[in-house]
This record gives sequence, C-alpha cells and structure tokens, in this order.
Amino acid sequence: MASSRDTWAGKSGRWGKIAGRELSTVAITMFGLLLVTFLIARVMPIDPVLAVVGDRAPADVYDKARLDLGLDKPLWQQFGIYIGKVFTGDLGRSVLTSNTVVDDIKTVFPATLELATLGTLIGIMLGVPLGIVAAVHQGRWPDQIARVIGLIGYSIPVFWLGLMGLLLFYAKLGWVSGPGRISVAYQDFVTPITGVIMLDAAMQGEWDAFWDAFSHLILPASVLGLLSVAYISRMTRSFMINELQQQYVIAARVKGVSEWQVIWGHALRNAVVPLVTVIALSYMHLLEGSVLTETIFAWPGLGRYITNSLLNADMNAVLGGTLVVGAVFIGVNLFSDIIGRLADPRAR
Amino acid sequence: MTEQTSSGWTAWLITDSPVSRRQARLGQYYRQWLAFRRNPAAVIGLTIVVLLLLAAAFAPLLAPYDPLAQALDKRLLPPSAINWFGTDSLGRDIFSRVVYGSRVTLVIVLLVVITVGPIGLLIGAAAGYLGGWVDRVLMRITDVFLAFPRLVLALAFVAALGPGLENAVIAIAFTAWPPYARVARAETLIIRNQDYISAVRLQGASQWRIVLRHVVPMCLPSLIVRSTLDMAGIILTAAGLGFLGLGAQPPIPEWGAMISAGREQIFDQWWVATFPGLAICVVALGFNLLGDGLRDVMDAR
Repeated sequence: MASSRDTWAGKSGRWGKIAGRELSTVAITMFGLLLVTFLIARVMPIDPVLAVVGDRAPADVYDKARLDLGLDKPLWQQFGIYIGKVFTGDLGRSVLTSNTVVDDIKTVFPATLELATLGTLIGIMLGVPLGIVAAVHQGRWPDQIARVIGLIGYSIPVFWLGLMGLLLFYAKLGWVSGPGRISVAYQDFVTPITGVIMLDAAMQGEWDAFWDAFSHLILPASVLGLLSVAYISRMTRSFMINELQQQYVIAARVKGVSEWQVIWGHALRNAVVPLVTVIALSYMHLLEGSVLTETIFAWPGLGRYITNSLLNADMNAVLGGTLVVGAVFIGVNLFSDIIGRLADPRAR
Repeated sequence: MTEQTSSGWTAWLITDSPVSRRQARLGQYYRQWLAFRRNPAAVIGLTIVVLLLLAAAFAPLLAPYDPLAQALDKRLLPPSAINWFGTDSLGRDIFSRVVYGSRVTLVIVLLVVITVGPIGLLIGAAAGYLGGWVDRVLMRITDVFLAFPRLVLALAFVAALGPGLENAVIAIAFTAWPPYARVARAETLIIRNQDYISAVRLQGASQWRIVLRHVVPMCLPSLIVRSTLDMAGIILTAAGLGFLGLGAQPPIPEWGAMISAGREQIFDQWWVATFPGLAICVVALGFNLLGDGLRDVMDAR
C-alpha cells in the first residue's frame, strides 16, 4: 500500500515497535510466571523453615533460619529477592537429591528434550499426511476418518496409553525395551557429552548402545507423538483447505501440473509457515505431556523429576521445574511468533 | 400422538412467521436439532454423555456390588460372568467401581465448568464491551495464564494445597478459565457494534445491564460449545492428577487413581488398569464428539 514511502528508516521503526511489543509480552508473562510460582510457594501449608532445619530444631536455630530465608520481610520484598535469585540462576536446593535445583534440571532436561523431539517428529510424520488426505477429500469418508482419529487422540489419557503400549509391545510382543532410558549393560559404554544418549552413542560409534537406547525411546516417543497427531493433522487440514481454494492452485491445475505436484509442491509449501507455528506449539505441549509419560516409562527427565519431587513435598524442585517448563513455553511462543512474522511477507 | 398432531407440531415449529417469541425460539432449537441429528458422530457423542449421566444417576442399581466392599479371598480375579471387569488387589469388583467412578468424574467436570464458565464469561464480556485499558489489563492477565503449561501449573498448585478432590478441582479451574475469556471477548467484540445494542443504549440502559442482559446471553452458544469440548480435557487432567495420587484419595473410585492402582500388576493382571482407562477414553470421546457436533450446529461462524 505505502511501498513508496516504505523507506529504510520507516521499516526499522516498525520493526523496533514490533520487537518492543514482543519483548514487553515476554517480560510481562515472565513476571506473571514468577509471581504465580512465588505465591504458590507462599500458600503451601508446609513451613519452609522446618524444611531447612528439621522438625526438632531449637527455637534460636529456627529463628536464625527464618531470618536467613528472609521470611521476616514484607511479602513484596521477599518477591523482589526471589526474582533476583531466579535471574542469578539460584532456584534453591532440592531436599530430595541435596543438589541445587539448577544442577538437577541440567542433568534431567536432555532426556526430556530427546523424548519430546522424537515425539514431535512422529507427530509430524503421521499428522501432516493425515491432514493433507483429509483436506484433499474434504467432506468425504477419508476426512471423516481423519476427524474421528483426531478426536480419539484428544480423548486418550496419555499415561494409560503408555501402560497399554508397555503391555502390548514390551510384555506380549517383545518388540521394544521396557522402562528406562538404556539397559544397565550399556550404561557405562556411553560417556555423556550432550546428555542426549542416542547422540552421544552415535558420536562415539557405540552402535549397540545406540540401538538399545532407540528401543527404549521409541515407545514413549510414539505414545507422546500420537498425542500431537490430533492437533497437527487438524491444523494441517484447515491450512490445506485454505490453500487449495486459492487461485494459484487453479492456475497450476489449468497448466496441467499433476495433482500430486499441486498438493505437495504448491499448496503444502505455502502452508509450511503456519505449520511451523503449530509444530512449535505442539512441541510445547509434548514437553508438558512428558510429565505423565515419563512417570510411566521411568524416563529420567524433567517430568519425572517434577512428579518425584512433588510426591516428596520437595517444593524448591517442583517450583524450579515449573518455572523451567513455563520459561520454555514462553520461549517457544516467542519463537513461533517471530517465525510467523519473518516468513509471511504480509506480516513483515 | 397421532400422525396428524405430530405434523401439526412440526409445522408450528418450522413456520416462517412465528407469532410469539417462544415459538421462534423453539423453532430455532428444532431446526438445530434436525441439523444435529444428521451428524452420526454427534449423535454417538450425545448417546455416550446421556449414558454417563444415567450411569451416575442409577449407579446403585447398575453396580452389582458395593464399590468399596473388600473381599480379600477374591483378589485379582480375571474378568468373568460374576465380576465382569475382574477384581482389584483388594478384591473389589472393578465394574462396580467404574460405574461409581462416573459420579466422581461428573462431579469434577461440573464443578470446574460451573466455576470457570461464569468467570471467563464475565472477564471476556467486560474486556470486550468496555474496551480501553480494562480490555488491555484483563487480556494481558489472560495471555499470561494462556502461556502457562496447564498440567504442570495444576500440579504445582495441588502440591501447595495438598492432594484431594476439592483441591484438584480448584487447581484445574485456576488453569482452565483463560480460553473462555478469549471466546467471550471475541463474541462480545462482534456483538457490541450491532444495532440492537445501540438501540438498548439509546433507551438509557446502564453498562452493567447491557453486558449482563444483552451481551452475555449472546455469548452463551459459543461458550457451551467451548465447555463441551473442554470437558474431555478436564476429565483427562483430573485423571492425570488422580493417577499421580494428587486427586481423589482412596478409597474413592476415581478412574485415574484406579489406573494407578493397577499399574504394578499391568503385566500379570491387565484388567485392573485397562477398564478404568477405557471408561475415560469412551467418556472423553463422547464429550469431544458431542462438542464437535454442537460446534457445527450452534457456532456457524
């Protein structure tokens, strides 16, 4: 519209505005996340002082610990201290493992990353073709089947699906390995470099260990992936229906381009941008879904760390884990916003 | 009812020139019902939900045994003509527990929807209608909550409040309201510029009256659709909390907790965990199918 007036200065000014808006969104959301976790820590019925000094501490030790924790200060001051601590990377110490929460999370996070990544890949491999088939046959039986598959995906509790998967593919059929990340026999073959066992094993040429890790990973990843199939296929369908109605599709067909080429070469390429956003969001939800999945598969990731700490009333670890998952959510949201803007010329 | 009167009723319902407000409204419901009926998936969903309501209402009649009665001599029996779904590690009849579990599920879902619906509706309608800084502040808060991981936040909440059915409901409600506010706001933005709102405003109605009496009722259809689709998610979250031991406490027959109880025996006594899970799947699918069908009928946009 105003392309002639769209000078470099005007453009960068608009970019500055957009960046400012994104940054303020991130800052406000982050602040909200900190506030909520802080308030959760305040409403809990467990006395944080007793968690440090134990039940039988004498009164003077108790009072000193209370002062050390800053619990005598007004609430808003405590909140300020809490924010300062979080930003200097201090999430407190886990009572359960007696390590700092940050160190604990560093150890467990790669496992969750590995699981959620493969889960998302499986979700894309199944969900995108399913959505395309549904869009191409809109309103006919392949579409109906895809719709019901999607709704079923939204209706299965992931922890139950995991149990059923273990029952069928591990206990009855023996196709995959059971709970855990790698068999005990291979445990010492792989020195952790990235923390992602399959990557480490491949880098060190330990192919037996690699395949063992894969056979442990494939079932929980598939269970997680099935969760995202529903979402990805539904969104793919609606993007593809939108693209297939466009004039360029008619033009391509008139030119005699094969239907296969029209769908995969023309329409899908234009649907990729919104799909990346959807995939980023579903990745986010798989990180969350991993909380229950990891419990089932004894997967030593962030999810199991949170639930384990939870059952042992280890609040520092629970809140630290919540904070990390929340921060990842905010990051992924920001990432998908930026991708959407960069790739879409209209939003640029 | 004879053929004559029934077609007379139909004619009265689908007439193009209704003489009263009630006739117009009933006619609209009837047309929506006809559209709904043509969608087999939606009818299946409705059937499942009605069966769930009946199971919850007539649980004592349907369940052959007391869901809490332990019989240690009948532990972990496989499914049979006597115990249709088998028995658990305390010898309780799993079928009876699943039937009674429908009550727990319904209570959780209804409590969450009853709290979350009106809150989301009011926040969304106020934000959309009043606009300006009210809108900005309310929507910022909503966005903050939308950006949170729902299950993890609910977990942290229950961890702080302590496990139990009521706390699970509070935690789920606390994380479930933002989408409702979003939907209500979007609806309100469309409604506020319509002629009839201007007409009411010219008549001197207060802002509260306009929001409560004229905007909120128009938002209801989309919110009903939204909450029906949401119920499956609520059921799954509640079951997840129950599975982790943070929801309903034993011996309450909650489906998620029952799956958790059967987890140790999954390889030898598969039925203990399998049947409550199937119940969750069927009920969640029922709400999803129903919500999907309702969306097609009620939410034309």
